[in-house]
Amino acid sequence: MASTTPTQMDTAPPVVSGARSTGRAGDKIFSGLSKGSGILLLTIMASIAVFLTYRATLALSENEGNFLTTFDWNATGNPPVFGIAVLLYGTVVSSIIAMVIAVPIAVGIALFISHYAPRKLAGPLAYVVDLLAAVPSIVYGIWGALFLVPYLGGLTSWLNQYLSFTYIFDKTQVGVDRSLFTVGILLAIMILPIVTSVSREVFLQVPRMNEEAALALGATRWEVIRMSVLPFGRSGVISASMLGLGRALGETMAVATVLSPSFLISGHLLDPGGGTFAQNIAAKFDEANEFGRDALIASGLVLFLLTLLVNGAARMIIARRKEYSGANA
Amino acid sequence: MSHALQDPRPVKPRSSAPSSLTRGGLPRWAPAAIAALSALLGAGIGAVAGLESRMQWGLIAALLFVGITYTASSVVENRRQAKDRVATSLVWVCFLLAVVPLLSLLGVTIARGIKVLDGYFLSHSMAGVAGFAPGGGVYHALLGTIEQVLLATAIAAPIGLLTAVYLVEYGRGRLAKAVTFFVDVMTGIPSIVAGLFILTTWTLMLEQGPSGFAGSLALSILMMPVVVRSTEEMLKLVPNELREASLALGVPKWRTILKVVLPTAIGGISTGVMLAVARIAGETAPIMLLVFGNPLINDNPFEGAQSSLPLYIWEQYKVGSEDSFDRAWAAALVLIAFVMILNLVARGIARWKAPKTGR
Repeated sequence: MASTTPTQMDTAPPVVSGARSTGRAGDKIFSGLSKGSGILLLTIMASIAVFLTYRATLALSENEGNFLTTFDWNATGNPPVFGIAVLLYGTVVSSIIAMVIAVPIAVGIALFISHYAPRKLAGPLAYVVDLLAAVPSIVYGIWGALFLVPYLGGLTSWLNQYLSFTYIFDKTQVGVDRSLFTVGILLAIMILPIVTSVSREVFLQVPRMNEEAALALGATRWEVIRMSVLPFGRSGVISASMLGLGRALGETMAVATVLSPSFLISGHLLDPGGGTFAQNIAAKFDEANEFGRDALIASGLVLFLLTLLVNGAARMIIARRKEYSGANA
Repeated sequence: MSHALQDPRPVKPRSSAPSSLTRGGLPRWAPAAIAALSALLGAGIGAVAGLESRMQWGLIAALLFVGITYTASSVVENRRQAKDRVATSLVWVCFLLAVVPLLSLLGVTIARGIKVLDGYFLSHSMAGVAGFAPGGGVYHALLGTIEQVLLATAIAAPIGLLTAVYLVEYGRGRLAKAVTFFVDVMTGIPSIVAGLFILTTWTLMLEQGPSGFAGSLALSILMMPVVVRSTEEMLKLVPNELREASLALGVPKWRTILKVVLPTAIGGISTGVMLAVARIAGETAPIMLLVFGNPLINDNPFEGAQSSLPLYIWEQYKVGSEDSFDRAWAAALVLIAFVMILNLVARGIARWKAPKTGR
């Protein structure tokens, strides 16, 4: 997309750029303080990476298994054997399930609020969706474990009955639905608000001209959305989904309460078992000695890098989008 | 804000020979009638086939509604109108799907939490109460949450505020860009990673025991980027004329910021801080790693293990008896109420002290 030229950058910020510091002590102290806090934030981010890496290397040097391919987590044993294969698989799979469920619904809700809902209702409705984000994750967790899991029995046995030929919906173990699939559904509910609110903002930025032009050509409301709203909002929806993905990857308590963990990789999504990075840290922390903690920190480092990558990519897309739409405003 | 598009509804034919432009459309009451019809049919089919779950009745009715609408519309109107109507009903379904879990969650929490929630529950700790036995309360956890959250706010709010001031009032060039980008990325840090970071530095390197303060440090890391973001938005809303007027009177820049810019935006800033507080009040993972949990009342956040509401819920859930589940639900209700009250107060402040732009 169009990149901003230096001259645009200079005029854009709403600051009196001509105001030179007069050399008064107060000015120096205050600007120093505010600059210092900015630098402090950067330092925190950097030291998170540095300290986690340092502790992780301590653990990895003692590891008897292969960190990437071992299907076990026995960091307190002698010799210690641990690997992230199962955790990586479980984290990615449950997040993908969450995305597949949440993104289409979130786009629908965003369209509903921006284009379908009666004008007076749109504000309150947006607030209701934001309330979903205010509920703490541990509450989602016990709701998922004590209420959702028993209720999903009907759905999972139906999936198993009619879709077991797809392999992923083949339920091979009898038992409660504390599976990656259930975790995915719960994560989908939890990331709905963020995906919805970012998509909604983008849909509201669609130039009125484009929509009115489509309407003037006789398009129906759906055709307006398909031809002018969705193409304009595509990159916004992509970055919104990635922000949601970042949330889903790092979710701890909801997964720890719902999933019954095991160190196996299974393609059967409905079978209980599996694990995620955050869930494993929460579950193994209590019984870990100092070395076990270092091993958990190593897995936390992988999670940190994973979310950093996803969030960074999402923010880059949004930043590009901003420049683009700003040039067209 | 939003702009609902008006459906271009074809006009009823007046002449005897309808052209393609003026063909008949479905009457206005058609969607309601079809909805009623499919609800009836769905209930009928469900009852006859002996399906127990009401969800299945609803699903059948929804499918029937979409099918009947499509057929009716494509017969009376045309394919494009039919597609439009199907899209409309799908968007409605999406919205209803989002409301169902929210209502269910609130309903279940209230229904099950109200059982043991009373004055005794709020004013007693878990001292001497076995996990599987009835009784006990949440006072120690509530106290811990409030202390930890206040400490975290005391750390994160000034730093976040100053960073936002830097970004809006002073920030130029590469450093400002880097700060903006990493603040954004920092919003996405999983709470358990923030907990692990404080664990490596505070607990393992400085060899401090578990305390409420350690938890507050982790919470403040989660809180800072949220405060920066919302404060930045608010400071950008302050009209430049105010700054210029103050500077023209010879007021130094730092006093302009302190006496003119920040007071103008104070409503929005405090709203942002309170929303951030509401967000961190429900964090469990870092508390679990750093504060450890304690069934007794410990009102000193700087020494010894404390408890907190989210951690209390998690502990009671892990015990796994009916009585502990009751306590978990009641604590969840207290936590939700706490967060929602913060949310409402924050929005109240935002409305009460809306940016005074017109002065």
